[in-house]
Amino acid sequence: MLRLAPWLIISLLVGPILAGLAMAVLPAFGYLPALGGEAASLAPWQALFAQPGLARSVAISFASGLVTTAISLAVVLLFLAGASGSRLDRWIRRMISPLLSIPHAAAAFGLAFLIAPSGLLARLVSPELTGWERPPDALVVNDPWGLALMAGLIIKEIPFLLLMSLAALHQLDAERRVAMARSLGYRPAIAWLKVVVPSLYPLIRLPVFAVIAYASSVVDVAMILGPTLPPTLAVSILTWFNDPDLSRRFMASAGALLQFGVTAAALASWWGLECLVRRLGRGWVTGGQRRRGERVLRLAGKALILLAAGTALVGIAGLALNSLAGFWRFPDALPQAFTWQHWQRALPSLGGPVTATLMIATVSTLLALGLSLAALENEQRSGRHPAQGRLTSALTLLYLPLIVPQIAFLFGLVVVMEALGTRPTTWLVIFGHLLFVLPYVFLSLSEAYRRFDPRWTRVALTLGATPNGAFWRVRLPMLLAPLLTAMAVGLAVSIGQYLPTLLLGAGRVTTVTTEAVALAAGGNRRLIGVWALVQASLPLVGFLIAVGLPRLLWSNRRGMRGTP
Amino acid sequence: MTDPCLELDLIFDKVHIALHGRTLLALDARIAPGEVLTVMGPSGSGKSTLLAFTAGFLATTFEATGQVRLAERDITALPAERRGIGLLFQDPLLFPHLSVAGNLRFGLPSATPDKAARVEAALSAIGLAGFGERDPSTLSGGQQARVALMRLLLSAPSAVLLDEPFSKLDTALRHEMRELVFDRLREAGLPSLLVTHDHADAAAAGGRIITLE
Amino acid sequence: MPIRPLALLPALALMLAGPLQAAPDPTDWNAVLDEARGQTVYWYAWAGEERTNDYIQWTADRVAEDFDIELVHVKLSDTAEAVSRVLAEKQAGNDDRGNVDMIWINGENFATMKANDLLFGPWSEQLPHYPLTDPENTPAVRYDWTIPVDGLESPWSSSQVVFYYDTALVDAHPRSMTELLDWAHDNPGEFTYARVPNFLGNAFITQALLELAEESEILYANMQEADFDEITAPLWAFLDELHPLLWRGGRAFPANSSELRRLMGDSEISLALSFSTTEASGAIANLELPDSVRSYVHDHGMIGNMSFMAIPYNAQHKAGAMVVANFLLSPEAQAHKQDPRVWGSNTVLSVETLDEADRARFDGIDLGIATLSPDELGEVLGQPHPTWVDALAEAWQARYVGR
Repeated sequence: MLRLAPWLIISLLVGPILAGLAMAVLPAFGYLPALGGEAASLAPWQALFAQPGLARSVAISFASGLVTTAISLAVVLLFLAGASGSRLDRWIRRMISPLLSIPHAAAAFGLAFLIAPSGLLARLVSPELTGWERPPDALVVNDPWGLALMAGLIIKEIPFLLLMSLAALHQLDAERRVAMARSLGYRPAIAWLKVVVPSLYPLIRLPVFAVIAYASSVVDVAMILGPTLPPTLAVSILTWFNDPDLSRRFMASAGALLQFGVTAAALASWWGLECLVRRLGRGWVTGGQRRRGERVLRLAGKALILLAAGTALVGIAGLALNSLAGFWRFPDALPQAFTWQHWQRALPSLGGPVTATLMIATVSTLLALGLSLAALENEQRSGRHPAQGRLTSALTLLYLPLIVPQIAFLFGLVVVMEALGTRPTTWLVIFGHLLFVLPYVFLSLSEAYRRFDPRWTRVALTLGATPNGAFWRVRLPMLLAPLLTAMAVGLAVSIGQYLPTLLLGAGRVTTVTTEAVALAAGGNRRLIGVWALVQASLPLVGFLIAVGLPRLLWSNRRGMRGTP
Repeated sequence: MTDPCLELDLIFDKVHIALHGRTLLALDARIAPGEVLTVMGPSGSGKSTLLAFTAGFLATTFEATGQVRLAERDITALPAERRGIGLLFQDPLLFPHLSVAGNLRFGLPSATPDKAARVEAALSAIGLAGFGERDPSTLSGGQQARVALMRLLLSAPSAVLLDEPFSKLDTALRHEMRELVFDRLREAGLPSLLVTHDHADAAAAGGRIITLE
Repeated sequence: MPIRPLALLPALALMLAGPLQAAPDPTDWNAVLDEARGQTVYWYAWAGEERTNDYIQWTADRVAEDFDIELVHVKLSDTAEAVSRVLAEKQAGNDDRGNVDMIWINGENFATMKANDLLFGPWSEQLPHYPLTDPENTPAVRYDWTIPVDGLESPWSSSQVVFYYDTALVDAHPRSMTELLDWAHDNPGEFTYARVPNFLGNAFITQALLELAEESEILYANMQEADFDEITAPLWAFLDELHPLLWRGGRAFPANSSELRRLMGDSEISLALSFSTTEASGAIANLELPDSVRSYVHDHGMIGNMSFMAIPYNAQHKAGAMVVANFLLSPEAQAHKQDPRVWGSNTVLSVETLDEADRARFDGIDLGIATLSPDELGEVLGQPHPTWVDALAEAWQARYVGR
């Protein structure tokens, strides 16, 4: 049974993606008998390239993938280089989980209200500093260059890359390396960049690729913050797929393939950049220069991360303010009155989606957890440890759902399901979520699992416990904290899913995220505030349990504090 | 019926372990009940490989031939938990999520009647009566080492492997623990294999010494 | 040919599903009520407005109580999603187990469904409450954007475009498209409309064309390609001049009516439009707009239309859908809907012809501070033919997207 687990995981992840991609390729070349496409043709591509503003959509999607990743990565590395050991460092480390648990859509809403010309920032300084009695006519949110979109993504990708870097740093013994370099006269931040980053980057390369893929193909954030005339490629594809004129599905499939190509091109360009940076960096690392720029680096590392974390938190606070606001005329810094009216109105309709969200998240997370534990336990018992960070390992395939753009294969998957006569159900949605929950749960659990001292199991076995007994009585309870964290990550990932829920549920399965994004279309900030807060607080509950439960259970066990 | 002493011996029969075709160690020995065989050698000489092979944790990359027999039974192919071999590590490795009594209870075979009384008696035997509900991490190093030894004995092994069990203790404690461990093992009549690089350990064990290169 | 076997599967599934059920006959209403009992009706309806959703929830509670029907609101951000779903089901050979039981629909979507034989019926004229709309004297319930309804959909709401403005910021509002252009020259960045092809965006450009075109009759017939450029030339001239004067210089547009309303609430603009005559009053009550906002219409008259309930040909719960549609036409449901505190969507019933008790339900409604009275609303302009609106929306996008 256990031995089947890795194969089950791989086929669960790879099968649907390949099937979905295949069903995007065929219609893209005119072949889909169910819709009357019997012969191969290039008509879908001709229709696609005739779309107004296509080049611009593609350019924004491509740029968003690269710029978002470059800035997020730079901020994370500068922070790690410049702030380690400081009080800010400890605060940020504590904030990672809450920041990570804010769904992308909620963070995007928060940012939109913060930076809009009539947003919180403008209100705070107006009219005293700016003289604005009316909001300035500036295109800040939904700007045609996608800057707001990239900013929204950067806020969310920084905690992700930071978490991945911190996990990888465990293997590197960074303190000793830096201490060594400092004894040779290097200032700390420079030392960190020169002796840790070159070894760290290969370990976080796959997460970085995942960020590129995500940022170049995201739908919900782009709907909220992205340009509108035209929107990004992924958003355009979604519109074409939903067009009542079914013949547009052929064009939409071609668009999905184009999106696949755009993401692949972004990844390839990044790879090229990697080579370039490696070349230029080699000279810098061994150039012997050890002091210049230290102050700037330290300052930038702290300031940038503070800006990103602060923006996310203030954005959420702004949402909370909105959800309680009475009428709020510009440029008042605070609403004229506060009211529970919006919560009271939303409350009756919250129950269903919240229940559905929690049910789907719990089931998909438990499934993912079971499969991950089975695969990891199998790995321990068979004594095979895949090399970490290596691109050739079979479990690298885990990253496939994170690197292939959702929009490129989900529609194909829906076509497959339609052809199979499967009716949209909650189970189908759970299956769809599993595709994305499983990789994250596995990745977040595997670190702790593989680092777990094998002597604990050996002691248990030599004391006569069976392998299963050792698993249930020793390994599982001792790994409770990372286990709960992995669950919290899984819940957060599931709660944040927009496209899989929308497509596989055919609109019949509503979660807080689909509701919140649907309401975003409505633009009622007070209601969006209510829903986005609910959406953000659900995963937070998971993280609170993950932190609190072990403390409660092990309050009398000093050896269980901190990860084993 | 054979000689009862012979029956309980731990026997290494032409044991030969290699890695990628290179011989790591070869051992042919017999350990009688109550005897401690000491294996010495510098690091990298294959001491821990021998322990892993005997206890049943050897990675599949090693090529091992020969037999390990315990109580006339060939245990070479048995899984670790069915070999009847107990292990004492450098660290006490008391399970941090269990209480002191919970750790001892973990050692007891599941069919043991009246576990609570056994555990209480075991605690008194090592001078820790009343410590049952304590968090193991609040115990001193010496106390933890004693609990670990008692946990091992309660699991009723047929032989014991000792992996430098005293190397992390300070000098005074080391002396005391050596006496306690070897007395108890002799008392229980268990064949034991001690791996160490400390000559004082070997002397205290008082048995034969094999040196690996 | 890897997908051949897949293509056969739905047919196989249908064969196993059993024989076709006879469609319910609305003339035997008691039989319809019997059949509807215990059914779950999936109502696919646009859900961009919380007040609409609340009203649908109220309907669900009422039909559960009175008719033992479970009504599920499948929330759409675009009605076209439901149309494409039915079409996909038809292409996949699913002819009697469709997911969609009822759609809130009108205009292009109705035209698409009718042209593709995707609708069940005729049924709506046999509904017990249908005569309350006084169909003989109300052509609006028989033509949907000039397309004959033919009993394929049952009327639900009537709406008319109105402009609204903030009296605290605007002294004199424009009374025509030409005046709007002048006003925009004086007040750049203070007005915008919803992004085409959103229905409110379409309505604005259609309204502009109706006001600016030399002759508008031609817009009420199927569009001929040859006429398009000549007829629409004044519209593009108007928009080309207007766009640089809009909010954000016309480089971005709000997605829909509620985003437009939010811009108004944030004082980013001072003039906007809506497809609901009670929108301003409702938003004031909901704390989204300042109480200085008022509505107005153009002298030329404003576009109005009706929206309907349709049942797809393959709906699984047709009887239940009919019962719900009939309930939605009842004076109780229509009066509740018209109340601005609930939703403020105008009734399709002919209130004057109702009996006294039912008329009283409507007379008692306070339409709100910013709602125009029926006399003030002026002439209602009919919706042009869907082919025109489609072509306008496409031309708009080709002209203004991605520049």
